Amino acid sequence: MPDPAPAAVARLELTGITKRFPGVLANDHVGFSVRPGEIHALLGENGAGKSTLVKMIYGIMQPDEGEIRWNGRRLTVANPKAARKLGIGMVFQHFSLFEAMTVLENIALGMDAKIPARDLESRILAVMGQYGLKLEPHRIVSTLSVGERQRIEIVRALLLNPQLLIMDEPTSVLTPQEVDQLFVVLRKLAAEGCSILYISHKLHEIKALCDTATILRGGKLVDTCDPKVETSRSMAEKMIGGSLKDIQRGAGRGFGPEKLRVTRLSMAADGPFGTALKDISFTVRASEIFGIAGVAGNGQNALLLALSGEEPNHDPGSVTVNAVEVGQMQARDRRAQGVASVPEERNGHAAVPVFSLADNAILTARDRLGMVRAGLIDPRAARTYAGEVIEAFSVKATGPGAMAESLSGGNLQKYIMGREILQKPQVLVVSQPTWGVDAGAAASIHQALVDLAATGSAIVVISQDLDELLSLCDTLAVINGGRLSRPMKVSEAKIDEIGLLMGGIHGETAAAEIEKVAHAAQA
Amino acid sequence: MSLEFIIAAIVTVVGLTTPILLAGLGELVVEKSGVLNLGVEGMMLVGAISGFGVTVMTFNPWIGVLGAAAGGAAASMLFAVLVLQLNSNQVATGLALTIFGTGLSSLLGLSFTGRIVAPFLSVFPDALAKDPIWRVIFGYSPIVYFALVMVPLTAWFLKSTRAGLILRAVGENDLSAHSIGYSVIKVRYAAIAFGGAMAGIGGCYFSMVITPMWAEKMTAGRGWIALALVVFAGWRTGRLLAGAYFFGILMALELYAKASGFSFLPSQFWAAMPYAMTVVALSFISSRGTAGANAPACLGKPFLPST
Repeated sequence: MPDPAPAAVARLELTGITKRFPGVLANDHVGFSVRPGEIHALLGENGAGKSTLVKMIYGIMQPDEGEIRWNGRRLTVANPKAARKLGIGMVFQHFSLFEAMTVLENIALGMDAKIPARDLESRILAVMGQYGLKLEPHRIVSTLSVGERQRIEIVRALLLNPQLLIMDEPTSVLTPQEVDQLFVVLRKLAAEGCSILYISHKLHEIKALCDTATILRGGKLVDTCDPKVETSRSMAEKMIGGSLKDIQRGAGRGFGPEKLRVTRLSMAADGPFGTALKDISFTVRASEIFGIAGVAGNGQNALLLALSGEEPNHDPGSVTVNAVEVGQMQARDRRAQGVASVPEERNGHAAVPVFSLADNAILTARDRLGMVRAGLIDPRAARTYAGEVIEAFSVKATGPGAMAESLSGGNLQKYIMGREILQKPQVLVVSQPTWGVDAGAAASIHQALVDLAATGSAIVVISQDLDELLSLCDTLAVINGGRLSRPMKVSEAKIDEIGLLMGGIHGETAAAEIEKVAHAAQA
Repeated sequence: MSLEFIIAAIVTVVGLTTPILLAGLGELVVEKSGVLNLGVEGMMLVGAISGFGVTVMTFNPWIGVLGAAAGGAAASMLFAVLVLQLNSNQVATGLALTIFGTGLSSLLGLSFTGRIVAPFLSVFPDALAKDPIWRVIFGYSPIVYFALVMVPLTAWFLKSTRAGLILRAVGENDLSAHSIGYSVIKVRYAAIAFGGAMAGIGGCYFSMVITPMWAEKMTAGRGWIALALVVFAGWRTGRLLAGAYFFGILMALELYAKASGFSFLPSQFWAAMPYAMTVVALSFISSRGTAGANAPACLGKPFLPST
């Protein structure tokens, strides 16, 4: 580890940092400081300016105004290479990994100094041993879990002996156990004097991990506070600049008759990196919200396609809606039976980016809402409906004629959710309903789902965000390796058990493999 | 079948294989960096005329080969500026490069039509190079040995050097490579230049070795075979070598059918075989789903960083 700077001098000090983009003030005179060994949270909604700020610290962008002091010395960080040379490491939210290459090659690419492959491998093993990060250097990245991929990024950053490690939304895709492991590593690093800048919007994690929290809203610094003293609610309200709304549920809600039944549903994997579905069975009743948890890449996409009808099944009885066998039906026929769906990818799957909102409405609502007459589109009906969705879900858009791609992620998501919900489907299947959506929009989407369930629809929510599922769903099952666990009542579910199911047996065998490799390396 | 006949056949196959092997190796490196350059045929023609022209003017075939490499690389830079700097469509720009190269080589070749140079043949003593047996090893133009040396060299470069690793990374995920701090554009310029130089040398094999004179469109579509070869080989150097010889044998069969008059099938059938085999091989590879796994993920996509 590098020499710790005198405790009186801040590791990193920002003063008056300002960054303008055309039409947006991304950072408006932001200033805070990080002490050596401090775990400092940077908190804020999407678009609050967190990413822009750390990009300037890491040298990806330059501030328009303001100064950066590093260990007391004023400087400009010209590029990421210069940042790494100073001792600043960064783990990105979207991993900058190369799928077709090995772990070792990926790490070598992140190193500025030229290190022979064998030396690098022994240094990697040393760092992994020191922090308990398990990885097999010669595995191809595309075969790794998300948690393992993140470990590559962390090892890559740690090999540089950083004095400051920036973590951008590190836990958004991890299982609870993986989050715990990550926190152990981060605390150990901090104890050794490395400062950590931890970007997140998960308040309970910040309370558990961080010493200080800087809250940004709309590019401005709102507050710097001690998360151990604050409550999650108080920080959330500072973050969104208003009071937080809880999900409102009608009292005395009971479930109606069975709406959706999935029986021994199996699907072959599509493509070399796809996941096959194996023998999936569950039922969802009227007014029930059924959650499917799991780490990305365990068959969630395949399941959504199988339920929506984008990938029809050979077995007609594998999916039934209101006792009608729809397994062999295409998406359009299933929609006629009352099945609506919202896939994970907004741009290009749920919506056509270069179509107007009205045209996008036609794509899924044409039959149910009579937007096509005698084979001709009724543009007025489409515009009216798009207008209703915009109104009902307070979508920020110039109107029904706005291009889907012109909307922000959260607004487009609200629009797409609204487009399906206002069709009053019998069964609604949604994947990642609030992925990359700010807290305000997420709350309104959650409320809309609860309201739809109250009218007697059956809802399936596929999500990687366990907190979301626990607050939203009545029943929960975990998908792992294309298999679905036994459903459990959310009120009786235990986080530990869910976490183990999410890790599945795959995690254990992977660990055993690593043990074997480590032994082989020693021999 | 006599030994002489077998040796004659091998020499023929090696000669036919060399241009597509060179151009294929160059294109492999270009595609590994994430760029699809369909202008191989055009660059080969520019290489053919520049190699020939420089040899005529300098009377030195070695300088001629350098001229061919420079010509091919210069042609490729035109493509590079368009696709890397101006983000033009790589497929359309590559096709334009082939058309442009065909025209440019014809124009440059006007003053060289009818001229002849001494063929750039083996540099080994005649006792070996002309020996009916030993010519199977020593009887080739230096370009042949160069091509054969370049196969393991390219494989080693891509697999074991840091520069090769960076080049593959750029082709695999250009945005990640950029975010780590590598210059995607510079790497791709270098790869495209290398591809151009290799295509140029491959082209000059026609004008300096096979028929030591200039004729319009003398590469006769071999650039396209080289392109198919890269996909056929699944972007692996070892398989590229094997594939090049496979195509070389098919092309030799065409010559044999033409020359001997022996054929139960017309020679055009054999001429079509490499292309037909390409289609068959491509369908086979894609049906097994292995082609996608090894193809550079950014192949043919423009690099558009957000910052």
